Amino acid sequence: MAARNMWKSYLLWCANEHVSFRIPEVESVLAMYKIPHTWIDKPEENPWMLISMPSEECAVKLMKRCVTVRSIIELWAQSTTKEHLDNQLKTLPAEFTSYFKKENKFKVVVDIFNKVISQEEKIKKIESFSYLPILGSANLKNPDVTYYYYEFFGLDAGRIPENPFNYFFGRWISDSERTAVAKYSLKTRHFIGNTSMDPQLSMIMANLAQIDNGHIVVDPFVGTGSLLVAAAHFGGYVCGTDIDYLTVHGRMKPTRAHQKKREPNEDIKGNLKTYNLFSRYLDVFVGDASTPVWRSNFRFDSIITDPPYGIRESTYKVGSKKIAPIPDEMLSTHFPSKTQYGLGDIYKDLLNFAANNLKLHGRLVFWIPIIRMEYDPDLLPEHPCLETIANSEQILNLHSSRRLITMQKIMEPKEAIDSAIIHNLQYTFRHKFFNTSEIKGHGKEDESVRNLTKRSKRGNGIAKLPCDK
Amino acid sequence: MKLLTHNLLTSKCLKGVTVGYPLAIVAKEVKVNEIDFNPEFISRMIQKVDWAALCKAAENLGHSDELPPNVVDDYENNEEFLKKAHHFLMEIEVMNGDLICPETGRKFPVTDGIPNMLANEDEV
Repeated sequence: MAARNMWKSYLLWCANEHVSFRIPEVESVLAMYKIPHTWIDKPEENPWMLISMPSEECAVKLMKRCVTVRSIIELWAQSTTKEHLDNQLKTLPAEFTSYFKKENKFKVVVDIFNKVISQEEKIKKIESFSYLPILGSANLKNPDVTYYYYEFFGLDAGRIPENPFNYFFGRWISDSERTAVAKYSLKTRHFIGNTSMDPQLSMIMANLAQIDNGHIVVDPFVGTGSLLVAAAHFGGYVCGTDIDYLTVHGRMKPTRAHQKKREPNEDIKGNLKTYNLFSRYLDVFVGDASTPVWRSNFRFDSIITDPPYGIRESTYKVGSKKIAPIPDEMLSTHFPSKTQYGLGDIYKDLLNFAANNLKLHGRLVFWIPIIRMEYDPDLLPEHPCLETIANSEQILNLHSSRRLITMQKIMEPKEAIDSAIIHNLQYTFRHKFFNTSEIKGHGKEDESVRNLTKRSKRGNGIAKLPCDK
Repeated sequence: MKLLTHNLLTSKCLKGVTVGYPLAIVAKEVKVNEIDFNPEFISRMIQKVDWAALCKAAENLGHSDELPPNVVDDYENNEEFLKKAHHFLMEIEVMNGDLICPETGRKFPVTDGIPNMLANEDEV
């Protein structure tokens, strides 16, 4: 490892979406690859983070996974005034000025956050750096070195300041894995369902779950397998179960308008085939998450899942109030009758399953719907063998959101394996969702509601479409 | 259904069944797929697989004696062994047939390569 004083500062330039997922994602990847680092600045909302790392290889490795970050830049100067930035750039150390040599064709990218400027203004800004002794010629198509100049005008589009709050200048190192997200767009995916997970969020989940090459990953509420696609993309060998026979067989009602019936290869396997990930596909089968059939001494590397919330996808398990034996002649065609599977029970079974069937230090990543006014981090599901690592919110509408929870297994369960602790909130979510008047404070305290959703002004953090399940 | 998956499945969803392992296979249709060989993954799986159950599954499919009865020493460096394990774990796929609970004889059908592991409402 390079000596501490050889470490360099890097600017993580982030995408302006899924803001609350950024820091957990980056920290998860850093921990997964054991990348040595020191944070210099990690604001929660601003679209950048500053980090110190021993080498460029570390920076590239980090970018191979992150999807909330756009690029990583070797930071040469940063300031709150242009004069100060210029002063720093005028006294650059030799390790940086060596890039100015004649053979290096270069390009300068200007990126302005929260302000629209014309091409002429951009060129003016580039020209303001003419004091830099760059000897090479400009080449926009195929540069050897790309310099980034970045101005940050705050987050409030309604109140753009005259001058930026922050200025950054540096050398581009690498773009992130974000470039791979488009390939998995749901618009072009063959097999989708009504609540297929957005590909970017799926990849964030895979990163939080620290899925790596050769890992075995399971989704106990697999649906159309969106999470498996992301897991397989990062090298995981994937399997899943779902209680819905038609979904697993790819025979449910088509999701797209004007499509009469599902095509023959329209299923999870088919999706992985089209993405060239078929070798990572293990199996999906019809199974009930309330009574898992996995061998109890088998340990998965990760469990990632988005359980049904009872809103757009119903929650049920096998069971019936009146139980009558099924006659032999009907057994082969019998569909078991199903009964309500309360959201609280879903999380209880999920946490107990994870506590038992995850490897030690393996991760469980799952979504949980929340009534925002009632949210209390102390009332999330708990398990003595699982430690909560990250908790990020995606706002769905005025009163509800869903949170992505990452848990890590910290010990093997002792004798009593069903020791998950579930609070009442998880049991009442569905009822409250449809009876918003019962939510404490709703209607009377409009101010508090507005406060909770103030980020909506920026159109940020709020899902464009209601994707609640 | 791959034999790797089969190696992980039990019938303990049935009331009264505690182990339910391994499930016997009665196959009506078996397919062999070509899957990329990943020696690191197979080595990792060999530590996790119940080898005796895999041998039994191979026997159920009429491939007795093709797998060594025990995992060989130093398997990580034994490509021949890893490839054989890869073939049985990843490439052989039961398309249609039944999985049978060793304790109750209850059948779980496999249709189009997909096992249906649901118990009926009177069995849970």
